[in-house]
Amino acid sequence: MVTVEKDFIIRTKNVDFFYGAFRALSGITMNFEKNKVTALIGPSGCGKSTLLRLLNRMNDLIDGTRVEGEILFEGRNIYAPEVDPVEIRQRIGMVFQKPNPFPKSIFNNMTYAPKLAGIRDSGEINALVEESLKQAVLWDEVKDILAKSAMTLSGGQQQRLCIARALAMKPDVILMDEPTSALDPISTAKIEELIDTLKKHYTIIIVTHNMQQAARISEYTGFFYLGKVIEFNGTEKIFTNPDMKQTEDYITGRFG
Amino acid sequence: MNGKTFESSMRSRYFKQRLFFGAVRLSALVITLALLGILAYILDNGFRAVTWEFITQPPTDSMTKGGIMPAIVGTLYLTVGAILVALPLGVVSAIFLTEYAKQGALTRIIRIGVNCLAGVPSVVFGLFGLGFFVVFLKFGSSILAGALTLGILILPTIIGAAEEALKAVPQTFREASLALGVSKWNTIFRIVLPSALPGILTGAILGVGRAAGETAPIMFTAAAFFTAVLPKSIFDEVMALPYHIYVLATAGTHIEETRPLQYGTVLVLIALVLGIDLIAIIMRSMFRRNKRW
Repeated sequence: MVTVEKDFIIRTKNVDFFYGAFRALSGITMNFEKNKVTALIGPSGCGKSTLLRLLNRMNDLIDGTRVEGEILFEGRNIYAPEVDPVEIRQRIGMVFQKPNPFPKSIFNNMTYAPKLAGIRDSGEINALVEESLKQAVLWDEVKDILAKSAMTLSGGQQQRLCIARALAMKPDVILMDEPTSALDPISTAKIEELIDTLKKHYTIIIVTHNMQQAARISEYTGFFYLGKVIEFNGTEKIFTNPDMKQTEDYITGRFG
Repeated sequence: MNGKTFESSMRSRYFKQRLFFGAVRLSALVITLALLGILAYILDNGFRAVTWEFITQPPTDSMTKGGIMPAIVGTLYLTVGAILVALPLGVVSAIFLTEYAKQGALTRIIRIGVNCLAGVPSVVFGLFGLGFFVVFLKFGSSILAGALTLGILILPTIIGAAEEALKAVPQTFREASLALGVSKWNTIFRIVLPSALPGILTGAILGVGRAAGETAPIMFTAAAFFTAVLPKSIFDEVMALPYHIYVLATAGTHIEETRPLQYGTVLVLIALVLGIDLIAIIMRSMFRRNKRW
C-alpha cells in the first residue's frame, strides 16, 4: 500500500482532559487533515464537544479544568505556556450550537473582531464584510439591511452570519459545534452546502448528533464513546464497514 | 375517588387559591397606599411653601423665611459626587468579582465584606468620614469629604446591582467574542459591559435615592448649618436638604413656625430624587433599545 504524505493541520497526542476530578477525555490521539471536513460523532456526554473546545482553548473559560498531553497546531503545542490563546482563536474560529450574534447591527457583528484585530481602513473593512458574507452565502439576503440589528434575522440567517463573522477573521480552521441542531431542515441544508464550499479554503471540524449529516458532509469521521476515540477513519469506511463493533452498533442505531 | 369527594376537594383548593391571591393583593395594596399616603400628606402640607422664591433664594431671618436654594445646590453636588465616586469603583469591583476573580475563598470573603458594609448604620459612615476624610486627610467639612463618605455608603448597592447585571449577560456573548480571537478585556469592555448597562443604571438609581436622602453621613463631613453663599470649590461646606430638614425640625429656635418650610423642603428633596432618577430611567430605556436577546 502506498501512503501519500498527508498535510495534518492539527494533531492531538495522548490528550487527557479533566473537569475537577472527572476525567472527560482519555488518550485522544487524532490527526486532522488540512482542507478536509472531519466529523466527530457519538452519544451525548461522550466528550466530542469537549475535544472541539480544547482545539481553540475555549475550555480555558471553565474553572478547575486540566489538560494533559499535546495539541499541536501547525506543529506548535497550543497549550505551551508562551502561547497566547487570543492568537490561537484568531487562527481557529468557532461556530456554536445556537446562533449567537451580538445585539448589534449586522455590519457591526461583522466588523467587531477585525477592527479590534487592527484593520482600520474603512474600504478594507467594507470589502472584508462583503467578501465574508458572500462566502457564507448571506450577502444577497442582507446587503440592503446591514444597519439592522442581527437579532431581526431568522435562526438560519443568524447562524450563517456567525459563520461569516468567523470567516472575516480569515482563520485556517473552523470548529463547528452542532451548528445545525437548532435549525429547520431548509436552513440545515444551506449550512451543509456552505460547509462543502468552504472546505476548499478551510479545515472544518464539526461535532454533530446527526449521523446522516456526518455521512453527507465529511471526509473523516471519529466515533467517541465515554471519553475515548473508539474509531477514527474515512467516513465511508466508518459508515459502511467499521472495524469496531461499538461503532457499528451506534451508527445502526442499536444504542446512543 | 368518587365524584363528590373530588368536587369538595376542588372547592377547598379554589378556596385556598382565593385566600392566597387575596393576601397577595392585599399586601400590594397596603404598600401602594402607604407610599401614596406619605406623598399625599407631604404634598398637602408642603406645596404652599414651594414657590419660585423658595427654590431660588437663600434662607433669611434666622432661617424662618426665604428659600432653600443653597441646600438644593448642595444636595445636588453631594449626590452627583457620591455617584461619581461609587459608580466607577463599584462597577470595577463587580467586574473583578464576576469576570476575573476565580470563584473561591477570596471572592466569598469580599462578598461577605460588601454585604456587611451594606448593613452598617449610616451614622457609622459619618463618623468614619469625619475621622478619615475630614480630619486625617484634612479635607475639612467639605463637598469632597461628604461625597466620598456617601460614595462609600452606596458602594454595596452599586456593586450588588452591577454584579447581578453582569451575571445576567448570556455566557454565549462572552464565548462568541472570545472565539473570534478578541481579548478578555475587549470582550468585557465592548460586549459584556454595554449589555449590562441598564442593570447597572438601576443600581445607580437606588444609590441616588439613598445618597440624596441620608443625613447622618453628611452632618459631620459636609453639611453646614447655614450658609447663604454657594460653594466655590469642592473644599467648601454646603447646606444640604436632609440636614436642613433635620435642623429646622429639631434644632431651630422656631420649630413650630417653620413647619411649612420643613414640608416644603421635604417635597423639594423628593422631587429632586425623582428628577435624577427620571434622567437615569430615560438613559436606561435608551440603552435597552436594541439590547434584546
